[in-house]
Amino acid sequence: MNCIITVLGKDKIGIIGKVCTLLSDKNVNILNISETIIKDYLNMIMIVDISKSTENFRELAESLSQAGKEIDVEIRIQLESIFDCMHRI
Amino acid sequence: MISTSEILETNSMIQNANLDVRTITMGISLLDCADSDIDKFNEKIYNKITTKAKDLVKVGNDLEFELGVPIVNKRISVTPIAIAAAGCNTDDYVSIARTLDKAAKAVGVNFLGGFSALVHKGCTPSDNKLINSIPQALAQTDIVCSSVNVGTTRNGIDMDVVKRMGQIIKKTSESSVMGCAKLVVFCNAVEDNPFMAGAFHGVGEKDCVINVGVSGPGVVKKALEQVRGADFETLCETIKKTAFKITRVGQLVAQEASRRLDVPFGIIDLSLAPTPAVGDSIAEIFQEMGLQEAGAPGTTAALAMLNDNVKKGGVMASSYVGGLSGAFIPVSEDNGMIEAARMGALTLEKLEAMTCVCSVGLDMIAIPGNTTAATISGIIADEAAIGMINSKTTAVRLIPVPEKNVGDFVEFGGLLGYAPIMPVNRFKCDDFINRGGRIPAPIHSFKN
Repeated sequence: MNCIITVLGKDKIGIIGKVCTLLSDKNVNILNISETIIKDYLNMIMIVDISKSTENFRELAESLSQAGKEIDVEIRIQLESIFDCMHRI
Repeated sequence: MISTSEILETNSMIQNANLDVRTITMGISLLDCADSDIDKFNEKIYNKITTKAKDLVKVGNDLEFELGVPIVNKRISVTPIAIAAAGCNTDDYVSIARTLDKAAKAVGVNFLGGFSALVHKGCTPSDNKLINSIPQALAQTDIVCSSVNVGTTRNGIDMDVVKRMGQIIKKTSESSVMGCAKLVVFCNAVEDNPFMAGAFHGVGEKDCVINVGVSGPGVVKKALEQVRGADFETLCETIKKTAFKITRVGQLVAQEASRRLDVPFGIIDLSLAPTPAVGDSIAEIFQEMGLQEAGAPGTTAALAMLNDNVKKGGVMASSYVGGLSGAFIPVSEDNGMIEAARMGALTLEKLEAMTCVCSVGLDMIAIPGNTTAATISGIIADEAAIGMINSKTTAVRLIPVPEKNVGDFVEFGGLLGYAPIMPVNRFKCDDFINRGGRIPAPIHSFKN
């Protein structure tokens, strides 16, 4: 099951590392990463596959949100289906 | 693979333009609960509702969490009680309303609709009991909604019921002003409407279905900001594309909710449903289109265009479309409408004209407490006539506020918002309303 992770916040060293380490720990496969930095603000979007994750969606969302708080960025995870349904026929 | 810009567009709609799914409404048939003993009937309907809908709120909350889009309300609609309870040996149906309220609260939904009667060609004894019970039923419950269908294009308008509904609305307001916010009078009521106060589960429906009402006036307004000054072709194309995207989210939520609850998917209601929040308003769309305020000349044309293009865009986005489908114009629930009514730009007469081309009708309009029952019936008759002749659903949800007059405000709270008391035409219609009988079905040819 594919999900979209969005990371928003002031850019600093180690954000991608922190998120990727967490995802690796939870056995989540990263399919794609893109990031843009506008005026010091990072906007990172990851497409991930959580089908082999050691945590269910809700637990993973909480782990990511908690990790985000520790480095002062906002991390959200959503099912890919909402983007697919809106932009693909 | 989904692109970054598409992800950002969707999330911007949710975070900056109030994109939400207004409601997941579970329709539940109560026909198999019939019993001559009112206590047994109440027990059966309580058990059926709390069994069928036990996971509705949890599934709604899970979907909201996983998709990241707010699902504002979870609701239930039931078989019109005047039909389901027709076999009960009892004089009034207030205890049924209390049972519905208790069941709805037990499963945690926001509203339950279906304390209803379909009386477009006359009343059965059960319809009479239900209509007479409305004022107390709405005063003694918190989240039960009531509706009465007084006319159809096929059958005409039952003016005896129209007269009674004027009196019932007055009586309801005297027991509880909030009661009137939960009571709607229809012409051409639909059987699969997920929106309140008029939701009920029609007798042609399955035992249990999931209907979803989408929303998103703010998303349309934001999209129109990008085409400021463009011609009507561009305007309409923008509305269609936006409505398509909004509706696709509704379709996804409906299909997922249906799968997780193991209940068949009924319909998507393609609606633009405003809330009192700034940036979630139909009136603000009119302003973006170029009208100074809602109610200015051009408003009916703007609404007609908006409504039509929401449907055109939405229809392809969903496998089954139904309900009321269109733009709602509830005065108290729309920040821009409230403001337009307050400054006199929007009058009851202009709203009536707008209802010829919008989704429903005269909705959530506060009027002076000294408005007579006959005048309210006259307004209902006018609105029902628009629906009957034009083969569309129309409705009246008027709130006569005791001891308040033009210039005062009334507060309902939450999604129901607040409203200025609007002036009502002071000339009388009593002799017209007192005639009694039915207005016959209209001719379906010579459409001029």
